[in-house]
Amino acid sequence: MNNRLYGNLIFELSKEGRKGYSLPRNYFGDYEIPSSMCRAKEAALPACDELTVVRHYTNLSTNNFGVDTGFYPLGSCTMKYNPKLNEEMAAMPQFQNLHPLQPEETVMGAKALVLFLEKALCALTGLAHFTFKPYAGAHGELTGLMTIDNYHRSRGDMARKKVIVPDSAHGTNPASAAVCGLEILEVKSTADGLVDLEDLERLVAQEGPNIAAMMMTNPNTLGLFETSIPEIAKLIHDCGGLMYYDGANLNPMLGVCRPGDMGFDVMHINLHKTFSTPHGGGGPGAGPVGVREGLQDFFPNVSPYQGNFAVMMRACAYILSLGGEQIKNVGPLATLNANYIKESLKDVYELPIDGLCCHEFVFDGLKDKSTGVTTMDVAKRLLDYGYHAPTIYFPLLFHESLMIEPTENESKETLDAFIAVMRQIAEEAKTNPDEVKSAPHNTPIGRVDDVLAAKHPIVTYQQMLNDQD
Amino acid sequence: MYKYFPHTEDDLQAMMEKVGVKNLDELYAQIPEHIRFKGDYELPRAASELEVRQVFEELGNKNKQLTCYAGMGVYDHYTPSVIPNLLQRSEFLTSYTPYQAEISQGTLHYIFEYQSMMTQLTGMDISNASMYDGTTACAEAMMMAVAAGKKVNKVLVTGCMNPLTYEVLKTYALHRNIEIEVLPIRDGITSLDDVKAALAQGGVAGVIVQQPNVYGIVEDFTGFAEACHEQKALFIMDSVAADLAVLKTPGEWGADIAVGDGQSLGIPMQFGGPYVGYMCCTEKLIRKMPGRIVGMTQDNRGQRAFVLTLQAREQHIRRQKATSNICSNQSLMALWVTVYLSLMGKEGLKEAAQLSYAGAHYLCDELLKTGHFTLAFDKPFFNEFYVKYDGDANALYNRMIDVGIMGGVRLEEGFLFAVTEKRTKKEIDNLVKIAAL
Repeated sequence: MNNRLYGNLIFELSKEGRKGYSLPRNYFGDYEIPSSMCRAKEAALPACDELTVVRHYTNLSTNNFGVDTGFYPLGSCTMKYNPKLNEEMAAMPQFQNLHPLQPEETVMGAKALVLFLEKALCALTGLAHFTFKPYAGAHGELTGLMTIDNYHRSRGDMARKKVIVPDSAHGTNPASAAVCGLEILEVKSTADGLVDLEDLERLVAQEGPNIAAMMMTNPNTLGLFETSIPEIAKLIHDCGGLMYYDGANLNPMLGVCRPGDMGFDVMHINLHKTFSTPHGGGGPGAGPVGVREGLQDFFPNVSPYQGNFAVMMRACAYILSLGGEQIKNVGPLATLNANYIKESLKDVYELPIDGLCCHEFVFDGLKDKSTGVTTMDVAKRLLDYGYHAPTIYFPLLFHESLMIEPTENESKETLDAFIAVMRQIAEEAKTNPDEVKSAPHNTPIGRVDDVLAAKHPIVTYQQMLNDQD
Repeated sequence: MYKYFPHTEDDLQAMMEKVGVKNLDELYAQIPEHIRFKGDYELPRAASELEVRQVFEELGNKNKQLTCYAGMGVYDHYTPSVIPNLLQRSEFLTSYTPYQAEISQGTLHYIFEYQSMMTQLTGMDISNASMYDGTTACAEAMMMAVAAGKKVNKVLVTGCMNPLTYEVLKTYALHRNIEIEVLPIRDGITSLDDVKAALAQGGVAGVIVQQPNVYGIVEDFTGFAEACHEQKALFIMDSVAADLAVLKTPGEWGADIAVGDGQSLGIPMQFGGPYVGYMCCTEKLIRKMPGRIVGMTQDNRGQRAFVLTLQAREQHIRRQKATSNICSNQSLMALWVTVYLSLMGKEGLKEAAQLSYAGAHYLCDELLKTGHFTLAFDKPFFNEFYVKYDGDANALYNRMIDVGIMGGVRLEEGFLFAVTEKRTKKEIDNLVKIAAL
């Protein structure tokens, strides 16, 4: 990692007179852009030669950590291996050069891939139709809720504007409902971490005619299968609402259960989680939405074409590679890996809910908190040992949440090494807590000052220059 | 067992023993039996790498490769070979949102550069870390205007907006209970008088225009921002990113929010995505902005460092009270644009824009010379224009397809043609020859 030598901004490498492009000559004659159209102030973009650009971004990449770099147990994000073959397929010029408004007869191959993916997702989820318009998981949630809202509106059932969301849900659930113009009713979790049926019954009795849907993440964000789903689905359906399955945690269900068989009406899938498309530092993803028969007419128009097609191509390559027989192993192996880590660490980390988990589980910090070492400290210390940190301080049900999801691609050796390091950190927390509290020490930069960044936001190079003056 | 599953039989045994189950099925003992899936998926058998390649090649050959004159929001621009190569760096490709700043400086650093470049391009103060695409960025801007206003829920939208964007706006507006009023099209452009009249009715949160508009016309927005601000409405401009290399910027027009698609900055058309939406705004609006924002700060060693900031706006902190439900940005595509802008610089962008402008005007002149085409509106355009055709437009469209030309987008009485720096004089002459028949 090269932060010291190569930590410049591309703007700081710029020198007037350099260029990093070559374009054809103008053979069209004298067509001058009228100055009345033109900007008065030039864009202060960098002027760099090609090698400077290549070296700059190559070195930046070495300050990053990806799945290809090392173990990435980031809970709820399903950081599985992104097969190289998928990248090769998505880059094929026969697909890359297609304009989205080309007439149907010229894009038959692309259409066939979309159809294949729809059929495959239907087979895997037990639902009847999918729309590929949503660009990401949160966009899928919004699309699914709009579908539900459209359905109720079509029946003149205008009062149904409330969505039940468990208190363990991802923040996008309530936020998506709000963007869809819906109100949130939060249902509590029991001490076992599952939806509290009594609390739900109370909500349904109070709000029945106003309930548009119940959103459930399953397995939930504690990695627990919501065993009361059949009862919950009946409660919600009986009061006229629909069941929404947040597919963020679909991975451990491959080969095990299908949302359509459990009574769900609408769901979204994160292709960038369960179907191995790369997360790309935060996107692009894809969040296709599936529905049971009859609801497909209520799909909203949330984007112009059919979504992130090149992401869908990667998912197709993944499904084709694994086929029906191998895809069945995804869920069980992911679940085995998670349980193996949990069982190997629960004597030194606080496990608030014991028992079998699915693809992930949550510790509530160290068991021995006497030296004041927090989950944040453990996470930062992990970076020193060459691991990505788990998800921390989520879900909000515990104070020191540390959420671990290993995925099915990790070997026993990788898990054993991680377990050993986690145990070592727990030991260090007792014997040398300051070392842990001041971690990381071996990364390109140390802990950052978040407060400074928020108090005095500098979000562009221009602001940085102005600030220096 | 399988190339993506490293578990040997011994591994499985040892791990199951530790977990306390006898077989993998027992891992799911808590799930009610009647909702377990016991059958076989209706999927093909596992395919080898060679077989997967064959499937894609066969399907790829069923697509027709066309010389592209279509635009309407998506343009066939040149992609420098550096970009796809750098983007395959797996430290970029296989990482996630940069929550752990200490091992994510690569991502955070380029997003800071992206934000800096987009503010330069648009002439605005602030940029977020990117959005899904141009249409959803425009919808977010619409919602941002309504949220920033005081008890106002009406948005005025130019009639000259790309209908594909308009459809997305309508979708969001319906559910968010936002009233959209479409402004009339006056000889291919938006009229300031119409804007003023609609604003005078009151209750308007924002006015959305498009530059160049759906007909490719470069509009004159003199007085628009002032009219909006007099009525406390936000002025929102939706622009094709690459065109801002030369066109008067949203900042110069006095816009409060600038949005649009960044696809024109070297991203392949790839049948609709992924692209990248950009959103920039004035400093005053920064805390109303949806999406991720990267800021500069220091680490505990006194080094310059970058970090996700102003997160109190976002869904993972604010839940239903967040400025948007957007979770991540479109990071890798923001990197695409950042590398493109680094390579091209302002000179390269201008040169590409000039080539596109010249090619489009040459094509237009040559089409008019055939006597079969007339410009639908006598207005200045950039690299896209709407011509009416005196013959059977559908027949001509198909004739062009037959010889491998995507002859623009069919629009009512004619065609919307777009030309980029990729189109050669020879290609354009060939198109004109066919159109003249």
